[in-house]
Amino acid sequence: MQSIGDQIRAHLPYQRRNSASLALLIFAMVLTLSAFAEVGLARDGKIPGGLFVYGGGLVVLAFAAFFVQTKFTPYADPLLLPLAVALNGIGLAMIYRLDLDTSKDHKIAEAAGKKLLKDAADAPGQLMWTFVGIGLFVIAVLLMRDTDKPDAPLSVTPKTAQRYTYLIGLTGVIFLLLPIVPGIGMEINGARVWIHLGPLSVQPGEFTKLLLVVFFAGYLVNKRQAMSLIGKKVGPISLPRARDLGPIVVIWFLCLGVLFMQKDLGTALLFFGLFVSMLYIATQRVSWVFIGVGLLAVGVFIATLLPFMGHVNQRIDIWQNPKPYFDGGCLMDDGKVIPVNPDTAIYKKFKAQGDPSPGFSACVSELGGEYSDSAQLMKGLFSLGQGGVLGTGLGQGEPWRTPLSFSDFIFDSLGEELGLTGLMVLLLTYALIVQRGMKTAVAARDPFLKLFAGGVSFVLALQVFVIVGGVTRLIPLTGLTTPFLSQGGSSLMANWILIAILVRMSHDARKPAPQAIQDEGMTQIVSTR
Amino acid sequence: MTEFTLTLIKLAFLAVLWLFVIAAVGVIRADLFGSKAAARAANRESKPRPPKPRQQQPKPQRQPRSAQHAAPTKLVVVQGERAGTVIDLTGVPITIGRANDATLVVTDDYASSRHARIYAQDGQWIVEDLGSTNGTYLGRTKVSQPMPVPPGVPVRIGKTVIELRK
Repeated sequence: MQSIGDQIRAHLPYQRRNSASLALLIFAMVLTLSAFAEVGLARDGKIPGGLFVYGGGLVVLAFAAFFVQTKFTPYADPLLLPLAVALNGIGLAMIYRLDLDTSKDHKIAEAAGKKLLKDAADAPGQLMWTFVGIGLFVIAVLLMRDTDKPDAPLSVTPKTAQRYTYLIGLTGVIFLLLPIVPGIGMEINGARVWIHLGPLSVQPGEFTKLLLVVFFAGYLVNKRQAMSLIGKKVGPISLPRARDLGPIVVIWFLCLGVLFMQKDLGTALLFFGLFVSMLYIATQRVSWVFIGVGLLAVGVFIATLLPFMGHVNQRIDIWQNPKPYFDGGCLMDDGKVIPVNPDTAIYKKFKAQGDPSPGFSACVSELGGEYSDSAQLMKGLFSLGQGGVLGTGLGQGEPWRTPLSFSDFIFDSLGEELGLTGLMVLLLTYALIVQRGMKTAVAARDPFLKLFAGGVSFVLALQVFVIVGGVTRLIPLTGLTTPFLSQGGSSLMANWILIAILVRMSHDARKPAPQAIQDEGMTQIVSTR
Repeated sequence: MTEFTLTLIKLAFLAVLWLFVIAAVGVIRADLFGSKAAARAANRESKPRPPKPRQQQPKPQRQPRSAQHAAPTKLVVVQGERAGTVIDLTGVPITIGRANDATLVVTDDYASSRHARIYAQDGQWIVEDLGSTNGTYLGRTKVSQPMPVPPGVPVRIGKTVIELRK
């Protein structure tokens, strides 16, 4: 007679899938190494030396991560690690390709004593951050225990966070505030989202998204019944009581306020989406989605009317019609756009006066409008167009012409060299990670973990949507990192921790239920009467 | 490197990319198209064992069964607001009630938030009342202690009636 454990295992694919995971991981390695090889062959005509440094480094790291995953979370989802490694590897290869210091032409020119501009793409730095990111993954998987053994000494489980819900929410807000603090905060490219930590610059907002997921999950898991059952009905929509929704709205307003002050619209959009989706997951009410989208529309409309929110207005204007802004455009109060690009007379006038940024000065001091430049967005679109369906091939396009082609616009850079065919693969890879995360949420036994896993996967999906939609002009462009692809340490670290949490939770959800100690039928009840 | 070679390399790389995604989807095929693959894997594993007398008879279903009972495979709601709902029995316990975290959520004033639980034990499905206000009925008997549920016997929870079916 088959035991129930066998039956469960027969019905659910809850087996160890470590060999499948290993096979896919090796495949991801092959992918990364062939990307490096293609870059080298196309650019310098030979297999690059970087193949051994970067590819080798990634191989060692990935197998270390795999070893830890098999040893400590044997029932973990087989796809999460290989998919993340593949994305990280492709991103690394693309940054290596954009880091022109690594090309042969560049080295010859340098040897000839020519003076060269230093470009900002930094492949060794990215490899170092990959190392740190995967290191954090390993530490997080090692550190966290199964949720059914909460009494073990020093045990940290994903559920531990539930105990510190409010503290974590507060930490999230403090993290967001840090860049405003004078002294440690700093402004790069118009957004004040970085802080100094010794020689490093860290983007605390990347970690805030994880902290906020924990806060929303911890809070909603206690209040969801009250929120979905008790409340006033206004028309077809039932609103929860103020005391149930209050704290969450306070935290949310704090976050959005901070982000609007920092002009970090992408992150604001991300948190808003997170808030709505977690309310939806917790209360299972579709009305929340409509309320959320409605609030967003109202918010954006109000923002376009407020004078100090001019940049929102401008973002939307650039999105609708980027052409007049190419190389500099000036949005006047009446909604007209006056080009101030280097071909215009007014630009030349300020240039003749020796102004360091003639377009900006011409717009602000002479015309009295709001200056902006759509060249980056449009160059990104040109590069997508250049790529077409099959792409130019890695190392054969000219993606470096777009500013920030290695971070915000890496998706366009990949689009130029891999084409639509390659981009579809990247999007599918993200979709698969999100699907595995949602599957983990469905399989999780604990309601807090359900919300946690659901929120974490949703935040990843939304982040990809906001940045990919932005650079392809589907929605107004707002700066966010492309998870695992963009150059940047904070983003890599936060996303690897995110994967570690999902791996641990999927192990917890997929492992077979503990076997009963006695297998001799029902528990025998001895009557005391 | 000629242009032609580079084009070939480019296409080969795109092919590798797609193969990777297809391989990844292959790994989770069991999730996407039911658990046939997993069930087959389990059957294959159990083959080397000495065949049991009952398993020698031809059976339409390939799911493993217990020796004494032909195990029901689904739970069907036959009456009530959720009538027509079918839940596959996978060995995971099923909770019924008004609470949102119940497996089968019933919106019924006569049901408690955590009304009853149906779980598998030794190849049988057992119904247990979780201290509900209005009680759970198996056929015509009130469920006061965990009782095995034979297939086809109605279980009444408030206005909802469910049945286990093969």
